[in-house]
Amino acid sequence: MGIIVDKNTKAIVQGITGTQGSFHTKFMLEYGTQIVAGVTPGKGGTTVHGVPVYDTVEEALERHSANASIIFVPAPFAADAALEALENGIKTVVIITEHIPIRDAINVMTYARQVDATIIGPNTPGIITPGECKLGIMPAHIFKPGSVGMISRSGTLTYEIAAGLTKKQLGQSTCIGLGGDPIVGLNFIDVLKLFEKDHQTEAVALIGEIGGNLEELAADYIAKEKYPKPVVAFIAGRSAPPGKRMGHAGAIIMGKAGTAESKIEAFKNAGVEVAEKPSDVAVLMEKLLKR
Amino acid sequence: MKLLEYEAKKILAKYGVPTPKGGLATNIAQACEIAKTLKPPLAIKAQVPVAGRGKAGGILFADTLEEVEKVAEKLFNMQIKGFPIRSIWIEERVHAKRELYFGITVDRFNKGYVAIGSTEGGMEIEEVAAKSPEKVLRFPISPLQGFRPYHARQMAKHMGYSGNQLSTLANIFHNLYRAGIDHDAELIEMNPLVENSEGNFVAVDARMIIDDNALFRHPEYKEKAIEGELSPQEIEAAKNDLAYVKLDGNIGVIGNGAGLVMATLDVIQLYGGKPANFLDVGGGAPSDKIAAALKIVLSDQNVKTVFINILGGITRCDEVAKGILQAKEKLGIEKPMVIRLVGTNEEEGKRILTEAGIHVLDSMEEAARQVAEIAREPRKNGNNS
Repeated sequence: MGIIVDKNTKAIVQGITGTQGSFHTKFMLEYGTQIVAGVTPGKGGTTVHGVPVYDTVEEALERHSANASIIFVPAPFAADAALEALENGIKTVVIITEHIPIRDAINVMTYARQVDATIIGPNTPGIITPGECKLGIMPAHIFKPGSVGMISRSGTLTYEIAAGLTKKQLGQSTCIGLGGDPIVGLNFIDVLKLFEKDHQTEAVALIGEIGGNLEELAADYIAKEKYPKPVVAFIAGRSAPPGKRMGHAGAIIMGKAGTAESKIEAFKNAGVEVAEKPSDVAVLMEKLLKR
Repeated sequence: MKLLEYEAKKILAKYGVPTPKGGLATNIAQACEIAKTLKPPLAIKAQVPVAGRGKAGGILFADTLEEVEKVAEKLFNMQIKGFPIRSIWIEERVHAKRELYFGITVDRFNKGYVAIGSTEGGMEIEEVAAKSPEKVLRFPISPLQGFRPYHARQMAKHMGYSGNQLSTLANIFHNLYRAGIDHDAELIEMNPLVENSEGNFVAVDARMIIDDNALFRHPEYKEKAIEGELSPQEIEAAKNDLAYVKLDGNIGVIGNGAGLVMATLDVIQLYGGKPANFLDVGGGAPSDKIAAALKIVLSDQNVKTVFINILGGITRCDEVAKGILQAKEKLGIEKPMVIRLVGTNEEEGKRILTEAGIHVLDSMEEAARQVAEIAREPRKNGNNS
């Protein structure tokens, strides 16, 4: 159970021969994730931690069956890698790479929508369904199977909060890092919808930060749809001074949205509990789940 | 990276968008030379990378050479939002019958670009958007088709234009779009785009922000991105690929991941401390990057104590520990440090630091409480560790 990835997920690793790709392939394998092949152009025929490497995704999929890909390819080539995975029929693509140009990310998202595929990231720690599948770079030992679904825009802050939950014996159904870039594949609402349908998930921890208006939109959604599962939110950036403004156009799109106050207020108005410190997420969650 | 007005206008002119005749000056004499070649009345505009320049007094007017001299002197002695004025742009004033707004930016929710237009442009465009959103046209751009000439004509039509004016305006919109896409702009806008008394259109002000992550495709701007108008710490940080923002407290902060660093600042404040900076070393930082980060944070004279908060995923704790020791050795750090280190290769990292006599904590909140306390203590002389 959990969402998007589970024990049946079979993945390829694009950029498997790089430092990060190879380092994290080892940890994903140790966690029990089924990594069936790797792809690095020019390195076909070699192996990394026993995983066979191919020059192209097409070739890898001729030899193995896979339904997911995780990408560690450097930024200038990462969009190309994602499109290659999508065109070859992969339906779940996790893009770990950061610093991908916005224009490239927009192209990837548009194509993914056309072929009805799910993109996680870019600039994400990935996704983990504890005890079943880890497609990402998160330290596995801080997670344990359970009933809290986690959605976050951050990487390390997610680990901080997941570790807090685990310490209180509050395991997780699935944890997703949406990604820290302006253009990412999934938003909070997409994932809230998936968690709503997932029987294992009993409550949701939502971790946002300043900038953009995706938290405000999620709060609206929770209020309007009378979201049936309890949600605890944390927003990073309360103490941040007013950040750089994106000219007039940015201000027009966002209005007053984007500040920590705006997001916290939106969640409180939607009846969502908002944690003051990262460790309070677990405290609030424990109360809600014991009710 | 934010371009200055004149840089944005140069690009627009290259793409066939009409801009007022003008020139750039970096001193008063040069300003007068340029003014001689232009037809008064003139506008003299400070070139600074901030919004709200007009309201801050950065745009002045002159009818004669004497006035140009006076106004230029005034501007060169001014600062706008902390930015000294190093150059001014002098241009012929355009009589505005009407001020329009047109720009293209990124729409996060729809995962694409969006064109925005209004017939009520000018300095109050944000208020217009907030109070009467119906006066602002938003046109989502399909990434498959792009912003086609007929889309531009549709927008011009919706803005109430027809005939020759419609074609001219649509051309300007479309050219602005091409300039934006070709330069990987996350924002490109004309505000105001003036309709003058003859019914012609001129982009009187322009702004452009190039996506930093796309600078590898635009090497001509890469050098400039690092120089710019930055503090010494910010320049050092940019060179080392670190994200640094100066704040006004006395606790230096280093962490990995923007969200965690922001939360760290929040928690420090919650315990009554004042962060001196935001510094995110990013993912997978090797030891020399950690050392560079420490050097940058400690070069701020206000810093009394440093809080390093690392939760390793892609970052390895042993590398962080090595970086801390490396910096301590090279820089002879005596200021107290509070270190919180957990995650990937945690045992090895802790062993390295503990063997060097540096205490390591597990809890971020406990560490934040301790560092806030240290920062409150009166400064001790000599050895603090």
